[in-house]
Parts: sequence; structure tokens; C-alpha cells
Amino acid sequence: MSKPVRYMLYAAGGVLLLTIAGAVTGTSELTAPNTATAALRLAIPILLAGLGGLFSERSGVVNIGLEGMMIAGTWFGAWGSWLYGPWAGVVLGLIGGAAFGLLHALATVTFNVDHIVSGVAINILGLGAMRFLSSITYGPDTGGSVVQSPSVPKIGDVSLPFLAGGDLFGWDSPDFFGWLDRLDIFFLSDIGGILKGFFGGLNWLTLIGVILVPVTAWVLWRTAWGLRLRSCGEDPWAAESLGVRVLRMKYYGVVISGALAGLGGAFLVLVQAGIYREGMTAGRGFIGLGALIFGNWLPAGVFSGSFVFGFGDSLRFRGTDIVRAFILAVAIALLLAALYAIFKKSARRAVVMGSVGAGLLVFYLLVGQVPNQFLSATPYLITLFVLAAAAQRLRMPAADGARYAKGEAR
Amino acid sequence: MRRSKLLTSVLAPLIAIFISFAIASIVLLVVDIDPLTAYQAMWTFGTSTESLVSMVNRAIPLFVSALAVAVGFKMGLFNIGVEGAYLLAALVAAYFGALFVLPSVLHVFAILLIAMAVGAIWNGLAGWLKVKRGVHEVISTIMLNFIGFSLSAYLFLEHFQQEREGLIVATSAIPASGWIPSLNPVLAWFGVEPRAGTELHGFLIIAIVLGVIYHYLVNRSRFGFDLRASGINPSAAHASGVNPKRMVVATMVISGAMAGLVGMSTLLGFTHRYVQDFPSGFGFTGIAVALLGRNHPVGIAFGALLFGFLERSSIILDLENVPREIVTIFFGVVVLAVVIVYEVVARYATRRAVAAAARATAELEEAPAA
Repeated sequence: MSKPVRYMLYAAGGVLLLTIAGAVTGTSELTAPNTATAALRLAIPILLAGLGGLFSERSGVVNIGLEGMMIAGTWFGAWGSWLYGPWAGVVLGLIGGAAFGLLHALATVTFNVDHIVSGVAINILGLGAMRFLSSITYGPDTGGSVVQSPSVPKIGDVSLPFLAGGDLFGWDSPDFFGWLDRLDIFFLSDIGGILKGFFGGLNWLTLIGVILVPVTAWVLWRTAWGLRLRSCGEDPWAAESLGVRVLRMKYYGVVISGALAGLGGAFLVLVQAGIYREGMTAGRGFIGLGALIFGNWLPAGVFSGSFVFGFGDSLRFRGTDIVRAFILAVAIALLLAALYAIFKKSARRAVVMGSVGAGLLVFYLLVGQVPNQFLSATPYLITLFVLAAAAQRLRMPAADGARYAKGEAR
Repeated sequence: MRRSKLLTSVLAPLIAIFISFAIASIVLLVVDIDPLTAYQAMWTFGTSTESLVSMVNRAIPLFVSALAVAVGFKMGLFNIGVEGAYLLAALVAAYFGALFVLPSVLHVFAILLIAMAVGAIWNGLAGWLKVKRGVHEVISTIMLNFIGFSLSAYLFLEHFQQEREGLIVATSAIPASGWIPSLNPVLAWFGVEPRAGTELHGFLIIAIVLGVIYHYLVNRSRFGFDLRASGINPSAAHASGVNPKRMVVATMVISGAMAGLVGMSTLLGFTHRYVQDFPSGFGFTGIAVALLGRNHPVGIAFGALLFGFLERSSIILDLENVPREIVTIFFGVVVLAVVIVYEVVARYATRRAVAAAARATAELEEAPAA
């Protein structure tokens, strides 16, 4: 089976699970277009941070400064939009994040500072610097303050023609997935609902974010430049001996990383909030890092990771029924995985997955309402769980985080 | 050799602080503020008796937090999870500490023990995940931080909160037997009497004891030797009989136990209960302090005092129309500056050592010829 077909089957299986869980719990919201739209919207900032992390870590620089770069993106995104409109915000968000990426690169690549120390410093600095900028930019007459900007213009939506009934030069095109959703056929309409959610009411920036996934995959795996960049993350000494300019490639990786994280920050302002608020990233840079690990340092993996986290995040706003249904779906999935593990004669995995699945099932049956605070912890719990379950099978770039100085032996 | 080592370890932080002040000054100049007036105001305000007491009070949790981080650093482990550990520990200790009454000293120690246990479990979990499941401690402690925030929010709002006065939500107050008295009487011996309402936290003494314990644990004990050996060369340590897995878990547990104490000076000396806006951020700033202090207890104490001073004295900047966030910028810059300067100084020292060795060899080779 080819890779895309397998992924499609996984996705279809996931939808089937969600449909069944929804039917059992008595909610159709799990596969409603609104949920999918919200999930995608919440996934994009995480995705952008994760893709940023991908560029940096593939070049061999660990980047836990993503959060700080994202904060810079939110501030500059809002500022640009406030001054010159939303697209200026996008550009400035990119530049703001890239500037912090440059700083990270300077510290880690040129001065060989420990990558994690530098990342921590970037996070502290990002928060402080943006506060400082707010306090000198948003005086009392602007409607902003030290902790927030005035409201700024947002980026508009677009619906894809034919698939989701978008406008085509003023003509209302047919709405295929909406029609499928309204037919109300078991499973088929659920798929239609989710796809309608993806393609209808699509934001330009969302579209860019999704397109960046194949673009990243192509750039990193199909171009000579990408090969060079990845070789620096796997074995910079060998790359050097082949004439790759390792330091320069690392700079590229980290600066692009910052730019993408900054774009993720700008997305939060220009698509979701329409305003800069301090702390609005709420750890999304770190979740992006989680998505990167979840996705095994691969673009498609980062995408699915961020979508899982975005989906988990979107449930928070949609009542507790839907959360219970989601927990049921996860429980069924884990129990199925346990069965598969028994089939594969892996007792340990069967026990672990089976017990967690059974635990969730009991939780589903006993608890009528899920405390809100647990929902905000879901992405972190999932990351930790995935890591604990699969850390041995994940493979990070071999020289990720390694100290490298030009011309020195390893 | 010893002199040059002292020089690098003292000189590097000093250069870093100087660079950070320079960068902060440039930033202020760019936005058209005279840095010297700002610094002067900070100095005048920051050296009053009340400010100095406040500086020490602010330095205490930073010092403890930095020690917790430094224990990990000594063996090459990066514990970012101090933040989540100490908040969770403070909440649980506040709740359980208010449930019982014991003779005063015992009560305090019982609360401290609870806090240390919570911190040790929370960060020990990261150690366990690293050893058993191969999860890198940086990632697991970041995730545990956020899970810890959610868990404390849940426990606090759904189970532990007792009092609600207007907008203030809090656990019930710890009985007076569980408080740590202030050190103002001691200050009075020295003829220092700060204005009413300014109290020097008694936890200072425990913090100093912790610093001494840290020094002996890391530099004078068998455990500390194993710890540093594992940090410098894990495979050599393993070969000489140190169990690396046990060391990882033990270090994370010790680091977590110390992290559990970070919030205690505030809890037992000031608020006496867990309030919704319990001071946060010590865990992250502690990392900066540990780096600035080069993991040495005296260095960490100076770093914590410097940060405490800057935090306190920055309050006056509001009145001078200077954004006080310049201090946060300073914190971020100083972390980067100290590691960069240290790296550069170390490179320079290595180059000099190599050159000196080359000269010595050359002289030796010349000697028989002559």
C-alpha cells in the first residue's frame, strides 16, 4: 500500500471512530463542520511552530525558543496590522520571529552556547522585549496598554469553489461537501461535515499554513539545499568534509524556524484574536515542539500532531458532551491498538495500551463532566504519553543539539 | 592555574553583567530615555532599608530555585520543571498544612516535608521517564510544567479553595504554629529598623542552610563526586561503577525536593495560604540565576541578590516614566551574555594553555641541542 493511501485509510478509520463515539454519546458535533474549522484554526499556529522547529532541528539546532519567537510574532503581527493592515502584520510577524531566530543562531551556531540555555534565554527575552515595546508603543491615546494592543484588522476568509460552495468571480459555486453533510447518511455525511469544515470559511493564512506542509517536505527532501541542511543535522562533520557550509546552513535553518514561529504568532493575532494580548501564545510554541516530536521530525507527522492537538484544543470550547465522546473514541482506539498488539504478540504494549484504554473507558462511564482544567492539559498529556510509549522508536536527527565548531574534530 | 580559574569564573559573570547594562542602556537611549537618570533613581530607591529587605526577600526563592536547577546542571541534566513543581508543592503544602496543628517548629518542618515530597515526586517523574522510557528531561519537564499548572488550577478551584473574600480566592490559612517568624528582631540587634510592614523573611536562614548543604552534597560527598563525574563524562563514570540510571533519578528527585521549597518563604513567611495570584516565575528566573552564578552557591547568592535588587528597584521606574520591563530585557540578555562570555573566555583560556604548552615543548626541544 502506498503511503498516501495508508494515511487516507488511517484518517477514515479515525473519522469512523469519532462517528461511532458521537452516536453512542448522542452528539453529532464531533464531526460537525464547525468543529473541524475550529480544530484547523487552532492547529495552524501549532503547525507553524512545529514546522519551524523542523527546519531548526533538521539543521541540528534544538529550538526551545520557539515560544519566545512566537511571542515576537504576535507582537509584530499586531503592530504591523495596526500600522499598515493585516498583510503588513504577516510580513512583520515573519520578520520579528526571524530576528529572534537570528539571535538564537548567533548564540548557538557562532558562539556554540548550549542550545537549551539559549532557548530559555530567548523565551525570557521575548516576553520582556515585547512588554517593553508595548509600553513605548501603545500609549493611553492608542487604546492599547502594556499588556495589549488596540484591536487590529484581521485577514478575511475564503471558501473553496465547488468543494465547499465558495464564490467564483461573483458566482455561487456548488457546495459539494455541505450537500454531503446535509444528506445525513451515517459515516459518509460525517466525512462530508469534516471536509466542509476544512474547505469552507477557509482563511487565507490557514491555506498558506496547510500548503507549507508539502512545500516544507519538498524543500527539505527533494532539493539539494534541503539535503545539505539535513546533513548538518545528521552529521555536520561529514557534511563539512563534503564541502557543505555547515554554519551557514544552520543559520538558514534557525532563522527560517524563527520566521515560521513568528508567522504562527501572527496567525493568532490576525486570524483568531484580532488583538495582541500578553501571554496569548499560552505555550503554543512548546506544543509545536510536542507536535514535532509526535511527528517524528517529519512534515506530515508534524501536521498530524498539530491537528491532534488543535482538535483537542477545539473541544474545550464546545461543551462537555463532545469531550466525553472524544474520550470514548480515544479509548476505543487504544483498545483496538491493544488487540493489534496481542495479534503481534507484544504483551507489554498490549498491557499498557489496554490498561490505559480501559481506564479511559471507565472514566467515560463514571464521569459525567470533564473538568475544564484537564482539557487545557490535553496536548501536554498526549505529548508525554506518546513520548513515553514511543520514544525508543522516534528518531531525531542524529546530531540534533550537538556542539559543532568549524574545522574541529567531533 | 587556580588563580586563572578564579579569574574566569568571576570575570565572566562580571563582563556579562556589564554587557547587559550596556545593552539595556542602548535600548533606553534608542527610545530617548537617559539611562543614567534611570539608574540613579533605581540606586537611590533600591538602597533604602525597606528596599534592601525586599531585595533579600525576593532573592530567597530565586536562590532556592537556582540551587534546584544547579543540582541538575552539575550532572548535565536540565530541569526546566522547577516552575510547575514549586507551584504544585506550594498549593498542596498550603492545603495540608492548614489541616493540622503541631508544635510550632514541627509544624513548619511537616509543611516543608510535604512540599519537598510533592516537588520530588513531580520532578522525579521526569527522571523516571528518562530512565525507563528514554524521554528527554527537557521535553518532559516542559510538559510536566503545563500539566502541573492545570492540575494545580483544578485542585485549587475544585477542591482546595476555602475562602472567598470579594475577588480574593484562597485556601484556608495555615495556623500560626506553621508560620516562619520574620527576622526583624535580628535586624533590630544591628540597629536596623525598617518601616512597619517590611519584614525580612525567616526562611532566609533555611535558604542559607540549603546553600551549605548544596555545597557539601555536590563538592564534598561521594554522591557529589559521582554526580559531577556523570556530568563531565558519563561513560567514564559508568565504567568506574556509577549507576547512571540511579544517578538520573536521584538527581531529579533532589532537584525536585529543592524546587518544592521555592514557594515556602512566601507561603510560610508572608501569605500563610495559597492565593490565586501566588507569585509565579521563580522557576524560570531561577534558571537564569543558576547560569549567572555558574552553579556555585556563592555565585548563585550574588545572582539572586542582583535579580532581587533589580526587581525591587525597577518599581521606581514607573514614576520616572521609564518602562520597567527594561529589567526583564536585562534578565534575558544577561543569560545569553553570561554563557557567551564564558564560552569565549574558555576558548581564549584553552588557546593560551595550548600556546604555553607549545612554547614549553619548543624550549625542551631546544635544550638538548644547546
